[in-house]
Amino acid sequence: MIEQQHTDQAVEKSTAGVPIINITDLEKSFGSQKVLDGVSFQLNKEENLVILGKSGSGKSVLIKCIAGLLKPDNGKVLVLGESIPDLNKKELNELRKKIGFLFQSSALYDSMNVKDNLEFPLLRIRHDLTKKQRMEKIEEALNGVGLSDALYKMPSQLSGGMRKRIGLARTLIIDPQIMLYDEPTTGLDPVTSEEISLLINDIQKKYKTSSIIITHDLLCARITADRLILLKEGKVFATGSFDELKNSTDTLINSFFKT
Amino acid sequence: MKDNQRRIPGKKLVSKHTAAIGSHIIEKKEKAGNFLSDTGNAALFIIRMIREIFSVDFEYKEFFRQCFETGYRSLPLVITTGGIMGLVLTIQSRPILSDFGAESMLPGMVAVSMIREIGPVITALICAGKIGSGIGAEIGSMKVTEQIDAMEVSAVNPLRFLVVTRVLAVTLMLPVLVLFADAAGLFGSWVGVNIKGSVGLVLFLSHAFASVEFIDFIPALLKSFLFGLVIGLVGCYKGFTAGRGTESVGIAATSSVVMASLLVIITDMIAVQITDMLQ
Repeated sequence: MIEQQHTDQAVEKSTAGVPIINITDLEKSFGSQKVLDGVSFQLNKEENLVILGKSGSGKSVLIKCIAGLLKPDNGKVLVLGESIPDLNKKELNELRKKIGFLFQSSALYDSMNVKDNLEFPLLRIRHDLTKKQRMEKIEEALNGVGLSDALYKMPSQLSGGMRKRIGLARTLIIDPQIMLYDEPTTGLDPVTSEEISLLINDIQKKYKTSSIIITHDLLCARITADRLILLKEGKVFATGSFDELKNSTDTLINSFFKT
Repeated sequence: MKDNQRRIPGKKLVSKHTAAIGSHIIEKKEKAGNFLSDTGNAALFIIRMIREIFSVDFEYKEFFRQCFETGYRSLPLVITTGGIMGLVLTIQSRPILSDFGAESMLPGMVAVSMIREIGPVITALICAGKIGSGIGAEIGSMKVTEQIDAMEVSAVNPLRFLVVTRVLAVTLMLPVLVLFADAAGLFGSWVGVNIKGSVGLVLFLSHAFASVEFIDFIPALLKSFLFGLVIGLVGCYKGFTAGRGTESVGIAATSSVVMASLLVIITDMIAVQITDMLQ
């Protein structure tokens, strides 16, 4: 009942905006284990959509299907109107230039310093930029995440929060239209976690990005979410705003928000 | 049921054995299937890599960095090993040659041994341990920490950036390392000769190179290129196909060394046979 109610609200909201990402009946299995079992939702323009769920509920698999890192077994994944599973490597790479992906582990290149990490996508995507322009963009991205003095530090010299910020700067440097955050606050203390969540909001306002934020951190969800989706056992269990889900009378949703 | 067992006392035992044989056959079949799919995956990996070598966006900076990492950083180890091999070979061979009164042939024997066989094979085995495991562990850990995924979502081909550069660097650097190992081996041999005698370096080298022809270098160098290719490919493949856990990094590194060392020996055997047929 609640699922239906929230789904209706979600559809209402979705039709109000332009869908940037449209997922329909997405299924993905690993061997006999079905991780995604008919997931459907939309991401609207300039919206922060938080996908909540317990560990193993299929959140990271979902985001990897959207980025084209995993191929779904069934269903449609439309990103900016393009069907991800049907694109060839070249077309997928073109589309990826419009997508930023912040990994759970930040995924900074260990052998490169911060400057080289940030310059890495620029050198390969923005061939039009001069060395000076690239440096300006790097400094701008670092200022944007508040780490302008970390330019020549190696990833091993950075704290967890700093790594997340640099990872964020690296994805923002290519001016993406869509941001995908995979557990952006995992492993961080509550203060840093709040800082990263606020930064996600700032980025959305500054760069006008549409974002999907995968998390099980309720603080992060409360700060960043325009809309939430609760995944359970590979299915969309409920959708709605943070307060709608928090005040839900459904036992399962309630238990999730209480924890 | 009990009656049946009473009537056919060996039935339970026979069915137990049949089940064991059946499961053994299934296990073997699965292993054969895994071997075939692994071989197929490795072949696809090599084809994809070869295609990327001829890409217009060659990663020159990373290639030169890898040449430095695999070549320059391996020099001390290769020179030390080569030198010791030359010294040991000399000390071990000297008494036998003395018995036949052929001590003067020692420099030539060491030179031929080092240049034709010991230099390339020992260097390749040392590099399989140092470079092969390093590449396997590095790429494996990049996979575990999602760095390879990060490259893909940045629209960068990880095969071009990580594999092509490393495989080419090792392939080109190994023959250079072999030359250094050969030189160090000859120097070690000269030191060995001088432990129980006094021979000038120039005289020793002139004796050594009198027994060696230029043609001796060619198969050894070609062999070294192949060894480098094998080490680079195995390291990259094992790293790329590593699992997701941290344990798989260790497995990737270990299996890189084992597989690369084995393939170096097999390649050497084939190369020696071909050289022998051509001579």
